Amino acid sequence: MHTLTRKEKPKESHMRIELTVNGAEHTLDIEPRTTLLDCLRDHLGLTGAHAGCEHGVCGACTVLVDGVAVRSCLMFTPQAEGAAITTIEGVTPGPGELSPVQDAFCETHGMQCGYCTPAMVLVAHALLADNPEPTREQIVEAISGNICRCTGYAQIVEAIALAAERIRGANRPPELRK
Amino acid sequence: MSEARHRYVSSDRRVREDRRFVVGKGKFVADIDLPNTKHIALVTCPHAAARIKSIDKRAALKMPGVHYVVDGRELAEATLPLMTGLDTPNVPRRPLAVDVARYSGEWVAAVVANTRAQAEDAAEAIDVSYEPLPFVLDAEQAIAPGAVLVHQAHGSNVLLDRTFVWGDVDKDFKDSPRKLSLRVKWARSSTVPIETFGVVTTWDPWREILDVYASIQMPRYADQIGAALKIPSSSVRVHYDVDVGGSYGVKRGIKNTVLAGYLARRLGVPIRLIEDRLENMRGGDAHGPERLFDVDVAFDDNGVVRSMKMRALENLGAYAGRSPFQLGKPIGSIVGPYKIRSVQYRAIAVVTNKTTQDAVRGFGQGPTNLALERVIDEVANVLNLDPLEVRRRNLIRHEEFPYMIPSGTTYDSGDYHTVIDKVLADTNYAELKKERDRLRAEGKLAGIGIAACLEPSGGNATFEALLNPAITTSTFMDSCRIVVDGMGAITATMHTTSSGQGHETLVGTVIGEVLQIDPDTIRVARPDSLNSLPSGTPVGSRMAIMLGGAAFHAAQKLKAKLTAIAAHDLGIPPERAVYKDGNVFDRNAPQNKRTWADLVQIAHRNIHRMPDGCEPGLAVSHIYDVPTGGTLPTPDGRVQMYPCFAFEFHLILLSIDPDLGVPEIVRYRLGHDCGTQINPKIVRGMTMGGIAHGIGAALHEEFAYNDEGQLIAQTFMDYLLPSSHEVPAIKIIDHETPSPHTVLGQKGSGESGYLGAPAAIANAVNDALKPLGVSINTLPLKVSKLGDLIAEARAKKGGK
Amino acid sequence: MLADDENARVIAGGQTLVPMMAMRLARPTQLIDITRIATLSYIRGDGDTVAIGATTRQCAVERDKLVATKLPLLAQAIPFIGHTATRARGTIGGSLANADPAAELSLIALALDATLSYRAGSKTADIPAQEFFVGPMTTALPSGACLTGVRFPVWPGKVGVGFHEVNARRSDFAFVSAAAQVELADDGKAKRIAIGVGGIADCPFRLKSAEQQLLGTTLDPAKVNEAVRAALADVEALADLHASADYRRRVAATLAARAIADAHAHAQGKAQGKPHAH
Repeated sequence: MHTLTRKEKPKESHMRIELTVNGAEHTLDIEPRTTLLDCLRDHLGLTGAHAGCEHGVCGACTVLVDGVAVRSCLMFTPQAEGAAITTIEGVTPGPGELSPVQDAFCETHGMQCGYCTPAMVLVAHALLADNPEPTREQIVEAISGNICRCTGYAQIVEAIALAAERIRGANRPPELRK
Repeated sequence: MSEARHRYVSSDRRVREDRRFVVGKGKFVADIDLPNTKHIALVTCPHAAARIKSIDKRAALKMPGVHYVVDGRELAEATLPLMTGLDTPNVPRRPLAVDVARYSGEWVAAVVANTRAQAEDAAEAIDVSYEPLPFVLDAEQAIAPGAVLVHQAHGSNVLLDRTFVWGDVDKDFKDSPRKLSLRVKWARSSTVPIETFGVVTTWDPWREILDVYASIQMPRYADQIGAALKIPSSSVRVHYDVDVGGSYGVKRGIKNTVLAGYLARRLGVPIRLIEDRLENMRGGDAHGPERLFDVDVAFDDNGVVRSMKMRALENLGAYAGRSPFQLGKPIGSIVGPYKIRSVQYRAIAVVTNKTTQDAVRGFGQGPTNLALERVIDEVANVLNLDPLEVRRRNLIRHEEFPYMIPSGTTYDSGDYHTVIDKVLADTNYAELKKERDRLRAEGKLAGIGIAACLEPSGGNATFEALLNPAITTSTFMDSCRIVVDGMGAITATMHTTSSGQGHETLVGTVIGEVLQIDPDTIRVARPDSLNSLPSGTPVGSRMAIMLGGAAFHAAQKLKAKLTAIAAHDLGIPPERAVYKDGNVFDRNAPQNKRTWADLVQIAHRNIHRMPDGCEPGLAVSHIYDVPTGGTLPTPDGRVQMYPCFAFEFHLILLSIDPDLGVPEIVRYRLGHDCGTQINPKIVRGMTMGGIAHGIGAALHEEFAYNDEGQLIAQTFMDYLLPSSHEVPAIKIIDHETPSPHTVLGQKGSGESGYLGAPAAIANAVNDALKPLGVSINTLPLKVSKLGDLIAEARAKKGGK
Repeated sequence: MLADDENARVIAGGQTLVPMMAMRLARPTQLIDITRIATLSYIRGDGDTVAIGATTRQCAVERDKLVATKLPLLAQAIPFIGHTATRARGTIGGSLANADPAAELSLIALALDATLSYRAGSKTADIPAQEFFVGPMTTALPSGACLTGVRFPVWPGKVGVGFHEVNARRSDFAFVSAAAQVELADDGKAKRIAIGVGGIADCPFRLKSAEQQLLGTTLDPAKVNEAVRAALADVEALADLHASADYRRRVAATLAARAIADAHAHAQGKAQGKPHAH
């Protein structure tokens, strides 16, 4: 879904926007009605965030804005200016590598088709940065805004609990701190 | 579980596909970016039925970025109608409505523009003039005399009305002391994957190839595209390495692809059609069953059911592809896991002015299980017997397998009583009843729900021939190719798309098992449709059996070839050559051996050392047909369908707040027997997901329509998918009764959980309502419906 | 800016506006992002009120200690609004200006007799909550006006709160919700009581007749039941996909009674009213 353009076109229908994504600065010249999701996917080539409903319910478009999980389909790109945006590409340590959270998801097979997975991983990162020892209920609550149609959530919850345990055990801070 | 009789099969291995998904590097269709791609947005009909008087494209064509607008007439002139399952030439199916639109949301025209946003802007500017027509929404109204006709030329709304009688039903009813009738309704729900259907397609006129990238789960996809576009199927190249973001049956996408393919050829540019959520819900033709059952059973005072009559009335929506066959598949397990001796089954499929459905996980099995399980519970209720005990008395016993059911299918194996015992060993039934009673004493309504259901697996789809005698298909094959290259690396290929089932892991594991080589060293690749072997695709819970079988046999062929090459080179008779872990040695003199590297060298570079008649290189393939397949229906409608039958036993404790009608699943246990589990993580994940899916269908999900024929549940705010809050903690207890028909004893598990959860939940709710003397047999069991039902019952009883 | 273009709209959190725009149900020509105006985001104690700026994020109110102590009813209701991810962006003012019949914030504002402030051009004015919610998705804000803040009165003394809602799934819009706040006198009787019901009609509303009946009483459960049922007897409730009118009306009484019971217990110091989602 895309929002309507202005009825009367002013001279410039584009805006110049500066975004900080995964620590890198980008200057973009885009229509302001472009959602952050579409901007990330179509203009910055970061296709890990996915469109599932484009009306803010499924959560597949989740990114972190200043470390907080939000629906990128509900933000227009200009609104993201000045914030630190983190996508799934930004929590992946390096080529061929996995963060402890990502690895835990692989250990418990906390996914099937993979479509909601980047969002779930980011939500997990945000949760564990805020609460390194979440209870099962807290994990369930944290992911309750992200719909998964494949897994029934069981192995996702187990992945996040496992990641929490491993991160605590490794005495390292979680991937992302505000 | 297995006592490590396999090295890799059944062990707790990671699913290799997961690595790309956790880093966001899945390759979904919306990630495909071809230069100069143009985007489609759809124009949809707002009326439940309407004649299309005119379509004015002029304003749209002038808008920025717009290249083209196509309507149904133009498309119909250039393409053939889409393939259907039944012989219904007067109910043609096309991507865009031609002259008449038959449901609200049906696609009427398509705009092609530089960006999706521009295409949507222009779609609004297309002026379609409609003349609304009368419409019919309800299936019972659709078959009533004088009903509004959805397709005038067909003369009625009935696409299928077939009655089967297996065994002496009349006599069995006459001889039985007891009978009961029940009406059960499965409301319209579907699988609704989070990724909508999408396709990107581009035509190369010099090579004459249409490249297709799609989020697809569809047998004969390339064939159907070619047929509709009137190009050879060998001009269609479907890329199977596109990751599909969930499908569970529904992503058939053929109308989308024909539309996009036509435009790609016409305009000479890559075309992209990614449904947005509204297009998908209203017009993606991915709705699911809406089935009304009328069931009669004949039984004795012990609760043993002797005979059953079932009428199933399906509301297809406005058009039909394979969907009527969803009334036929359940015939292959029509008595469920029970020893019912005779069955009369009437299958009726009607069209109405609702969105079209195509295929949903289980292909009709879930709704049929619901009907059957509700009836068994009612038998127990009427006799005042425990529902679990009634099931025990009716279930086929372990020693009775292989067991032929009245409709002609033989069940391969099962040990239902042991699965139940295992669940009850984990969760004491008497204790569960006490817990239920405690909840009742606290003022709640509480109930225990049981379901004992089968998952037919293997995909021997002889229901096609059964419901349409013009079809003589008896082949349902799959394939695997293995090549060991000149450096000794192993690459296997599989020839279809996947939507999260872990097929690459499956293939690697099976081949590794046979070759005694670490599966992680085995590359599994997906060629495109032009360099693939045949595949029936992941339908009918078949891939563990069929792809597993093909991979197994291909690996056996490779092992045999390696052994033969080694024997020849060692100068020993073949019986003395022993294959172990990739090497081959002389049984009598083990120090004489040929290593993997040696054998690769000989096969690829030393033809002078090869046995006569042995092809150089190390390439093998196997095309595997479905076990027990190869027969067509008898004149009286009996046939072998699926080869293997997995079993699931659900045990639920459910509590309802009587003032609010809100149900809560307090305890959930599932006993699951799908034979050998090739990868336990995959199987468990599938089952958990299936149960969640079943919870949605039972309690929350409905494609509801208003009286004007408008779909009122068209977004995720109204079509309610279970979140993590709605799925309780579930414990699965596994048992393995291997199938005698499959290479490793595996049965399918792609539909597990979903097939029985709605039945178990419905039974639990009804048990909870029993003290009030009311019952409910229509899904979904929504909060408000339960609340109102309870309030009414209490009022009748004079308050609580 | 709003005055110059009648099709311009304010955007804050975007959690309700953007979905409507994506579905092309809302078609503003311009969007004015007011979240960048720092002076519109605040939580301040001000004598006997707590003032919250319109662009204050819901998650900030959720975590705020002042709100927890002075506005316990608001603190109880906030976690029910959407999901963590929507509260991260959604604002107090955005929800109030949107005026969804089932919105928790509208119900709380009404229950607490909040005062909403707006600005139109250079003019500023207040609207009491009782007059603010006019119909479904409709407020008394004049065209060209922008909500700037809301002031909630703080109840002194022995105060208890209760909040209940029913929905199909935990975080959906409620199809019935009820909020109650009670202040007890030294003799344990209700000195002050506010009862509100949401989700069942075009706007949330107070059960004024029940409040009058229960004032000065010991909030005996049977009397509470009778009072709320009587107050709801003639209400025309909504019927839709999610719930029938009968259900809404009946369950509103149940939830109102439960909310009052919770508030009563809470005020007596017996139990911290726990938030109830059903």
